[in-house]
Amino acid sequence: MNLKFSKEYDAYREELQAFLKGWPLQGEEAELAMQEQEQLFRQRGIEAGYVYFEIPKEYGGAGQEPDVLKRAIITEEYARAGAPGDGVNQGPALLAPTLIEFGTEEQKRQFVPPTLRGKLRWCQGYSEPGAGSDLASLQCTAVIDGDEWVINGQKIWTSNAKGADYLFGLFRTEPEASKHAGISYLLVELSQPGIEVRPLKQMTGSLDFNEVFFTNARTPARNIVGKRGEGWAVSRATLKHERNLIGNPNMMREHFDSTIALAQRTVRNGRPAIEDPLIRNRLAEIEGYVRTAEVSNLRQMTAAAKGEELKVMLPMMMNKLYSTDTMQKIMILAYDLLGADGMLAPTAEDIASYARTHTSTGFVEQYIFSQGPAIAGGATNIQLNIIGERGLGLPRDIRIPKKPA
Amino acid sequence: MDFGLTEEQELLQETVRGFVANECPPPRLREIFDSGVGTDPALWQGMAEMGLAGLMIPEEFGGAGMELLELALVAEALGSGVLPGPFLGHSLAALALVLGGDETQKQKWLPRLATGDAIGTYAAAEEGSRWEPAEWRVEVQAGKLSGAKLFVPHADIADLIVVGCVGGGLALVERTTQGVVVENMQGIDRTRPIFKVTFDAAAAEVLESGRAASLRVRDAALVLLAADSFGLATSLIQMSVDYAKTREQFGSIIGQFQSVKHQLARLATDIEPTRALVWYAAHAFDHLPEDAERAAALVNSHLTDRAMHTARESVELHGGLGFTWKCDVQMWYKRAMFNRSAFGTPDTVRGRVATLGGW
Repeated sequence: MNLKFSKEYDAYREELQAFLKGWPLQGEEAELAMQEQEQLFRQRGIEAGYVYFEIPKEYGGAGQEPDVLKRAIITEEYARAGAPGDGVNQGPALLAPTLIEFGTEEQKRQFVPPTLRGKLRWCQGYSEPGAGSDLASLQCTAVIDGDEWVINGQKIWTSNAKGADYLFGLFRTEPEASKHAGISYLLVELSQPGIEVRPLKQMTGSLDFNEVFFTNARTPARNIVGKRGEGWAVSRATLKHERNLIGNPNMMREHFDSTIALAQRTVRNGRPAIEDPLIRNRLAEIEGYVRTAEVSNLRQMTAAAKGEELKVMLPMMMNKLYSTDTMQKIMILAYDLLGADGMLAPTAEDIASYARTHTSTGFVEQYIFSQGPAIAGGATNIQLNIIGERGLGLPRDIRIPKKPA
Repeated sequence: MDFGLTEEQELLQETVRGFVANECPPPRLREIFDSGVGTDPALWQGMAEMGLAGLMIPEEFGGAGMELLELALVAEALGSGVLPGPFLGHSLAALALVLGGDETQKQKWLPRLATGDAIGTYAAAEEGSRWEPAEWRVEVQAGKLSGAKLFVPHADIADLIVVGCVGGGLALVERTTQGVVVENMQGIDRTRPIFKVTFDAAAAEVLESGRAASLRVRDAALVLLAADSFGLATSLIQMSVDYAKTREQFGSIIGQFQSVKHQLARLATDIEPTRALVWYAAHAFDHLPEDAERAAALVNSHLTDRAMHTARESVELHGGLGFTWKCDVQMWYKRAMFNRSAFGTPDTVRGRVATLGGW
């Protein structure tokens, strides 16, 4: 066991740190709109080999050899510098890796480069009003008509559909086939007469959510990822990327540290809350979980680097649940620390910016937001079933027969 | 960066697991547990033959010259089978001598401790849950020790007692020496019986570097209790899973009910990732002095707490059977109680996590 990086990796980190001195941008470039600045610096990151690390160069990525340690260094240093790296947008984070794994050569060339450059924005069309945790019961249909799919039905909880150019999602293409085997993974352009996007206000007050209605919407027949009826398997791969996104321990540490800062600046009973033994105890208890997530991540990384993922299947399976639970513990404590400020509503700035924790109302927003990860990307109750059945080998649930019609 | 075990470390742990499974399966464990003697000379001899009595003792004194990480891996394996015996106190006594003894003291004791021919134990606590070196009050004056120590594991069979003294110092006392009285405190964990040891002007030898050693030994104890807790919690989950796979109610295996399945999945998710925390804290003790003390406090408070929680849930998962003396769970449960209460309860240890964190 050795937690020090070898000289090669230390040198790599130093090069990266030198590169990251380029953020924030200076001079004329600093005058650009923030989104353009981010895109500019991201492009530099791709060329320098740090962003979209393993996506081949011909598709617009950095084309680096897989290396979990370098990737960990990149994540760490980018976070430290607050610089725009891979980002959490669904296009680069979820769709691009899925296309690299399952897409045709033509799809990769057509979609991946503009997605990585931020020219093509994506949303994910999975859930439907009648298909949440039981996703495979989805009913939104796609029927082939000449060289096009004709799509009818509805998707829901579609984050960022406003402002997206395309939707990737699951549609029922083989109505005769069994539940899972009747689904295909399609790419659909949003700006067309047959598609209506209606915003849904989230409980935080944010408008990221949408409903997407399809009425004879169309997409070319070639915009299918994988074969007909194989969409379920393709979507599993996307979900895997989504769960990795959620399981990142850096977020937990960041929020834990902000909560300590909150306890230091909050006054309770006439003294800083951080001096209150009850608060100290609760913080120390939560840090047990945060530290566990961090070192468990190191263990998994080491195993992955050695090609020994089998040894860490169980903790990997638990990452999502562990981090959602831990984030909730952190936010529940932070909320208590707010005292009466817990009655305030998040401001427009809190809602518009990502994870603000330097104001009371930012914490209020994060407190409510911490419910989200327990639902998105496989609800906690579903995670518990997966861990129970695949992890612990317990038998599958009892199926209650459907009521007669 | 390599946060994993070496093949040798994995092999060591596998070997000890095999030993526990073969030499102390639940029926044998129960015999020892019910007898109340808390040890089995054959088991101790078997452990000593594997070198487990002298893991951290340097090779020049007949030990294996290993580090706390290896000792913690062994503690986990012993904890998973709640193996009775003096391993904990013995390991701490040996470490205290390695860190605090002078050449003569080491020469005299370490070779015998390494082979297991002499058994050591470590007397830390005093009345009022005074586990911390700074809180100790017994004193050596002119080579004579007076005062009382509580909760000393396996003091009845120990040849050597390392005693924590005022100011955080350490002293060596032979159990058979005049003025030493050992009384059974009737501990709850029958795999590690505890004793009150009273010293009445008993001949004692002060350890030269005892003050520096006692804090390190305290940290080692915290890590070993955490490793033992991880092992026992993992076993409890497996026992509960096995039970849920066979027990039938309402015409089904109870593991098919989500209430049971989710309860088990939550326990497993609470415990399995902490394997890495145990490794980390042991590694920090060995190689990361800047974080060693805090990591020991963090892993101990987290794991002894979570293991106790696992034990309580495991009783529930076993239903009426779980509440009986006959059910194996109670032996694991009581070891979890020992671990949670020894060297500070999670609440008191967490106070140090906070202070050492600079907040």
